[in-house]
This record gives sequence, structure tokens and C-alpha cells, in this order.
Amino acid sequence: MRDRYVILAALVLFFVLVTAPVWYARAAGEKAGGPDVKLPTQEKACVMPVDYMRTSHMDLLISWRERVVRENIRTWTAPDGTVYTVSLSGTCLKCHTNKAEFCDRCHDYAGVTPYCWDCHVDPAAIARSRP
Amino acid sequence: MNALLSLVAVSILVALAWVGGSVASLRSVFGIVVPAAAVAIFVVGLAARVTRWALTPVPFRIPTTCGQQRTLPWIKASWIESPWTRAGVVVRMALEVLLFRSLFRNTQAAMTAEPIPAAGQDAHGAAPAARGLRRLVYGEEKWLWLAALAFHWSFLVVLLRHLRFVVEPPPAWVDAIAAVDGFFQVGVPVLYMTDVLLLAALGYLLLRRLVDARIRYLSLLQDYFALYLLIGLVGSGVLMRYFVRPDVVAIKELALGLVTFAPVVPATVSPFFFVHLTLVSVLLAYFPFSKLVHMAGVFLSPTRNLANTNRMRRHVNPWNYPVKVHTYEEWEDEFRDKIKAAGLPLEKA
Repeated sequence: MRDRYVILAALVLFFVLVTAPVWYARAAGEKAGGPDVKLPTQEKACVMPVDYMRTSHMDLLISWRERVVRENIRTWTAPDGTVYTVSLSGTCLKCHTNKAEFCDRCHDYAGVTPYCWDCHVDPAAIARSRP
Repeated sequence: MNALLSLVAVSILVALAWVGGSVASLRSVFGIVVPAAAVAIFVVGLAARVTRWALTPVPFRIPTTCGQQRTLPWIKASWIESPWTRAGVVVRMALEVLLFRSLFRNTQAAMTAEPIPAAGQDAHGAAPAARGLRRLVYGEEKWLWLAALAFHWSFLVVLLRHLRFVVEPPPAWVDAIAAVDGFFQVGVPVLYMTDVLLLAALGYLLLRRLVDARIRYLSLLQDYFALYLLIGLVGSGVLMRYFVRPDVVAIKELALGLVTFAPVVPATVSPFFFVHLTLVSVLLAYFPFSKLVHMAGVFLSPTRNLANTNRMRRHVNPWNYPVKVHTYEEWEDEFRDKIKAAGLPLEKA
């Protein structure tokens, strides 16, 4: 008989757990919508089309890493024939000058922690931190 | 046949979801209506099922003990396998829910490969009549337990990792789980251990039903359906993570739209994601009406959650009605003169 209260309490707990994201969104005042990414102003096109970059930039970056680190090939020719220097800090961050407002916005939004920055540095952040 | 039919059923679901994700007018149906309805069916259906169980009378205890019950002080009692306290029951339930204790005891019956020797007694002390026959033996069967454990725990981790899509900003502990899960940093995006474990466990659980003729004979349509559904769900997720890249940011916009009740279906969400979303919706909606409801049922198994106090305490059925009895004393009073006349002894002279 008294087990029914335990079962009811468990059901309430189950309901709260299942709908937790909804309550959290209410409490935190979340709004639907994507991240606010700052795109570079001086350049119009990236090394690959935007659709590819949006979904698969990590493939390109990892192939760049392997070309440089394992094969010592420091240039990369885009499908449109342009030759780029393979460098995360030098080429990518030349246009996307602000890592915090470009890379991190999407990565934080999607809950992704890439390990690029375990080794690489963000030159702008270092420059800012110098007195 | 069962295996084939359920494969066809899941394939139809996948095809439907793909069409739903490709046709512009159906995208909001499959991206918003179907998942919302599925969650509603899941919650209400499960609550209804558990309520029905809670209202079912359990008039006596069925402890199905696997250990010595508590009796005399000099007989060692097993407080977990045959609990008589609330703490013992809690530990037994925890072992059952978290480690699948009863599945760990799984055995498999098989005939011995070699006949019992014709002459003399064999090592097992077989009776003479059994000589020359093969013997039925029971062996331990731990693979099912291992695969079940790998599947359930991996599924939980995967479920928790998905919180990054419905919570903004993603909680730090979810990031921590993902970091541990992707500890080996294989490839980009990093390979999750749980993805590999899930597919391996599901593969084993399916092959187990397909390969062994006896288990195949016992397998029903719904056994295969649940497995194919899960394989489709996990498979589409794994494909999206490692092979066909979807627009993750757009997917999170869709998910956040659902939890904030401001649904949107961004144009860049690929039909592939709709397959994943529809399969998980089907899984949720199917849950309360299928064997998958053991998620809730395990907590209410009378053989696990009742203490073995059948002899220690008097359990009176709460809805016993007053039974009209005729005691010996009343009977003696009724026939006193006749008993006396016959010269029979009386309790009360």
C-alpha cells in the first residue's frame, strides 16, 4: 500500500528528468537560434566552399596536419587552383583573426572541444595578454 | 522470417524518414510533430503502464531467493541474495539495475560432445542406465550479460552526451563525459569508445538470435524489431558523426527550438538527420508498449524488490474478509450430550 507513494515519487522524478532540458531552458531564458559568428570582413571566400567548410573543415585541417607533420608538404592547392601555405595560425587565422569570436562560438555552441589548441596558439590572444 | 519481416519494417521507417526529410512540405512534420508526439507518448504511456503496475495487488511475497534465508542465529544467512532488511533489498535492487545480477547467473544447457563411457562408472558417477548416452550439462553463459552491460551503459553515456544538443551552453560535465569517451583521440572528430561498444554489443545481440537455432526458434518479430531499430538508430548516428557530415549547428538549432517551444527546421539540416530523429521517435513511442518497458519494470519486479520475510513476520492479506468459522469448542458444545452418551472424552467436562 505505502509503496504507491514511492512509485509515484519515482514517476515524478522520471518526468522531471525527461523534461529537464525544457525546464532548464525556461530557467536560463534560452532562446532558439544559432551562434553569433563573426565572419571576416576583408575576404569573401574561404579555401573551400562554405558548405564544405561548415561541415567538414576538420577533415581538411587534419589532412593539413598530416601533410605538414608527416610528409613535410607545406603548400596546398585548392580545387580552384589557388596555392595556400598550410598553417593554422598563419593561413586560417590570417582572415579569421579572432578565434574567440569565430572558432569558439560554434564549438562552444555545439559542445565540441577540438584538441587543436592543445599545441597551437592563438597569436592574437598572446598579443593581447602581453603588457 | 521474423528477422526478415522486422528488417523490412525498419527499412520502411528509414525510407519514410528519408522522404520526410527530403520533401520540403514534410520537413516540419518529421522535424517537429513526430518527435514532439513521440516524447508525449513515451512519457504518458510509461506513466500509465507504471500506474497500472502500482495498482496491481501483490498479496504475498515471491522472494525467489538465491541464498540462505535468515533463520537460526548459527546458520549463516545471505543478506543480499535473500534479504530480510530494507537495506538488503536496496543493495539487491542496485545490483540488479546497475550490474544485471540475475543475468550474470545465466546458464546454457547443452549435450556433452562425447558419450558417457560404456564400461564402468564415468567421472561424474553416471548411473549404469545412462552409459553410452550423451549427457545434458549446464554451463555458465556470460556473453549475454557482458553484451547487455556494454549496450546499456554505452547507451546511457551516448544519451547523456546528446545533452549538448538540447542545453545551451552545454554543461561542463557533458563535455567531461565526451572527453573521457573520446580519450584515445582517434581521428577527427574523435572516435567515441561508446559508439564502438554499442555497435559491437548490438551486433552480438543480433547474431546471438540469428546463429543459434534454439534462440532463433524463441525469437519473436518484436525481438528483432527492437534490435534493428536500435542498430538503425546507432548506425545513423555513427554515420553522421564519422562519415556523412551534417550541419551540427543547424541540428542544434532544431533541437533547441523543440525544447524552447519555438520550433524551427533550418534548411541545411540534411535528410540523413531526419532518419536518426525519426528512428529515435519511433523508439520512444514504441517504448511503453513493448518489452523495452523493462526499463521501468525492473524496479517493480516482485521477485527482486520484496524482502524475504515470509516466515519472520506474519503477513495478513489486507483485504481478507471475516471468515465464519466453527471452532472445536463450539462443536463440542453442540454435540456435548451425544459425545457424553457415547462415552467419548471431552475437552471440557
